[in-house]
Amino acid sequence: MSAETLYPLQNGIGNMVRSLFPESAFILNPALGLIGVVILVSILAAFLILLERKVVAHFQIRLGPMRVGYHGILQPLADGIKLLFKEFLKPKGADSFIFYLAPMLPLTATFLIMVIMPFDHHLQLADPAGGVLYVLGISGLTVLGLLLGGWSSNNKLSLLGAIRAGAQMISFEISLALIMLLIVMVSGTASLREIVLSQQGLIFDWWIFKLPFLGILSFIMYLVASTAELNRTPFDLAEAESELSAGYHTEYSGMGFAMFFFAEFVNMFISAGLATTFFLGGFLPPLIGISFVDGMLNAIPGFLWFFGKTFFIVFVYMWFRWTFPRVRVDQLMNLEWKMMLPANLLLLMLGAVFMVLGWAG
Amino acid sequence: MTTQSAEKYRLDGDTLPEGFRLPQSDAEDADEFFVNIGPQHPSTHGVLRIVARLSGETIVEAVPHLGYIHRGIEKMAENQTYIQNIHLTDRLDYLSAFFNNLCFCMTVEQAMDIGLPERGEYLRVMVCELQRIQSHLLWWGVMGMDLGGFTPFLYGFREREMITDIFEEMCGARLTMNFFRPGGSSFDAPDTFVPRIKKFIKIMYKALDEYNTLLSGNIIFLERTRGVGILSKEDVLAYGCSGAVLRASDVSYDVRKNDAYSIYDQFDFDIPTSTEGDSLARYQIKMEEIVQSLRILEQAVEKFPEGPYRSQPKAVYKLPKGSYYSQVETPRGILGTYIVSDGGPKPYRVKYRSPNFSNLSALNHAAQGLKLADLVTIMSSMDFVIPDMDK
Repeated sequence: MSAETLYPLQNGIGNMVRSLFPESAFILNPALGLIGVVILVSILAAFLILLERKVVAHFQIRLGPMRVGYHGILQPLADGIKLLFKEFLKPKGADSFIFYLAPMLPLTATFLIMVIMPFDHHLQLADPAGGVLYVLGISGLTVLGLLLGGWSSNNKLSLLGAIRAGAQMISFEISLALIMLLIVMVSGTASLREIVLSQQGLIFDWWIFKLPFLGILSFIMYLVASTAELNRTPFDLAEAESELSAGYHTEYSGMGFAMFFFAEFVNMFISAGLATTFFLGGFLPPLIGISFVDGMLNAIPGFLWFFGKTFFIVFVYMWFRWTFPRVRVDQLMNLEWKMMLPANLLLLMLGAVFMVLGWAG
Repeated sequence: MTTQSAEKYRLDGDTLPEGFRLPQSDAEDADEFFVNIGPQHPSTHGVLRIVARLSGETIVEAVPHLGYIHRGIEKMAENQTYIQNIHLTDRLDYLSAFFNNLCFCMTVEQAMDIGLPERGEYLRVMVCELQRIQSHLLWWGVMGMDLGGFTPFLYGFREREMITDIFEEMCGARLTMNFFRPGGSSFDAPDTFVPRIKKFIKIMYKALDEYNTLLSGNIIFLERTRGVGILSKEDVLAYGCSGAVLRASDVSYDVRKNDAYSIYDQFDFDIPTSTEGDSLARYQIKMEEIVQSLRILEQAVEKFPEGPYRSQPKAVYKLPKGSYYSQVETPRGILGTYIVSDGGPKPYRVKYRSPNFSNLSALNHAAQGLKLADLVTIMSSMDFVIPDMDK
């Protein structure tokens, strides 16, 4: 089947624009796509914040927001309005330009990565051949944002938080990159869509199962490394409120804080989305080889599979956050440099051996 | 205009916090910097201010500065009658309000030679052990929160609420309970007292299992606390530490056993000790203390006698001339009350020996050379309540 018949909606919109405005369609279509991404990010941020509040509430035997709308469903809206009206204060002696610039960087990074997320066969704004490299490159912007935010705040605790964030995120990015490299190696491509397509077939063809032992191991390591990269508990040292009275965003209020906050939440979705892409077959349904069941699974649109798997991993991140205590900064560094990094290099070598032996795909 | 002394301590435009040596500008420690932990820091639980001298994230020195909550309670005591003084005591360490009441009343009883009916004694033991659990539950939750896990905090409050309800029904207050009087207590226990405790004991044992699953056995928690903030036997004795801080360093001293007051000698319970002296040992001892308190409660509810709850009250207490001292084992250690009487209706001088003040003095010793995050761990494991150390 062609892409047009499989996914009529986005191609339909594209064709409509092309027939109505043949001259400017090459600008309008990407613009529509970008607007779509902006809307998606906004909705995701709001939804993830509500989800986190509800999940933590149930972990902690309470209800969470209940007043605004049915079961607090409009709470993110209320939060947003509140944040808009809050004053964005700048501490005395802070570096104005960098202080205001810093919160924008992580948010920018989330938009830029969202552009290449393969939500469905053709529900992807761009699919660069070096998608994995692009993801790794762009996510550096988040580190920069946190570092600059903490540094420009003119506050020692913020600076400590920023340095911790920088050290932590840069370290764990190495592990993350090595795990991604393993998948790039076994799937033979660095394009995110191609990586998903390389897992076509049954559920056992997903990389998490297809690589004997290595898949599940590297999936777990991906979860650990990405939790650290996301600055979430148990690795939320950059914003350890009990040690640094908040960390790099201590001095941020109103929208400045909200931008860091939104970026953090959407980044969680992105990390989960990448885990889905690399290990869980992305938008592919979990086929089991029984034609009747597979027919039903195939009938469910791919983007629903993608969101389903992604939100499951998002839930796992939240689970971590609300049950684990926090590690110490030197323990975190030990974990990365003395355990994760050598283990990842070993995994990579084993992956190569598996490929030579023909065990991987 | 700056005074001469301010000029003297000026270093690169920043005034050096008091109590610190000035590093030479070319010295190795010149790049050390000071960070205030508190008085409004989320992990200082009140208004404790600790000036931490850091080298990177390593603590060189952690000096506590007091005086942010000082209310002059010992001075106020000189202008209040003995009965009026009881209500000042529960403002000291509000998490062990009953113990503070009890300690003051015991001193008055000792001076006036007042006895207690058996029901009154049982009531004291039961209420105090309930409060020990209540206090430890809050500490447990806060310790979890200080180490970055927010969930234990709310789990601790769930069971704590049951005890608070019992106290509310008994004396109307939920935090600064003011209940004991010389010769007994101000009211008798309500009819629901014993059934509620029985129900609580059952629930608490189950909850303890849950706590252990959530925090005590967690690998991150163990890594964060094991070997952190070690105090040797000599250290704790030198600093005058008491409570779990003392017993974690292999000194088995508990006022309830070693200087038994009330009717504690009639109950069968153990005093847990440990040889490690680290934060984990302090944690485990406190968890074990909850179990021991439950054991005491189990025995007490079975034997809770009928009869008067208070011996004949006196309208005005006038302590005979002299000085009196009594001590109790609060959830945090030894609380002592020292009263000097000149024979009048008001004390001539009152002095409290508070457990937190002595425990705090060991903080710097325990934290030196560790990381900033460990300072929080040590503070949590020592379970400070600030109004008690800063009277």
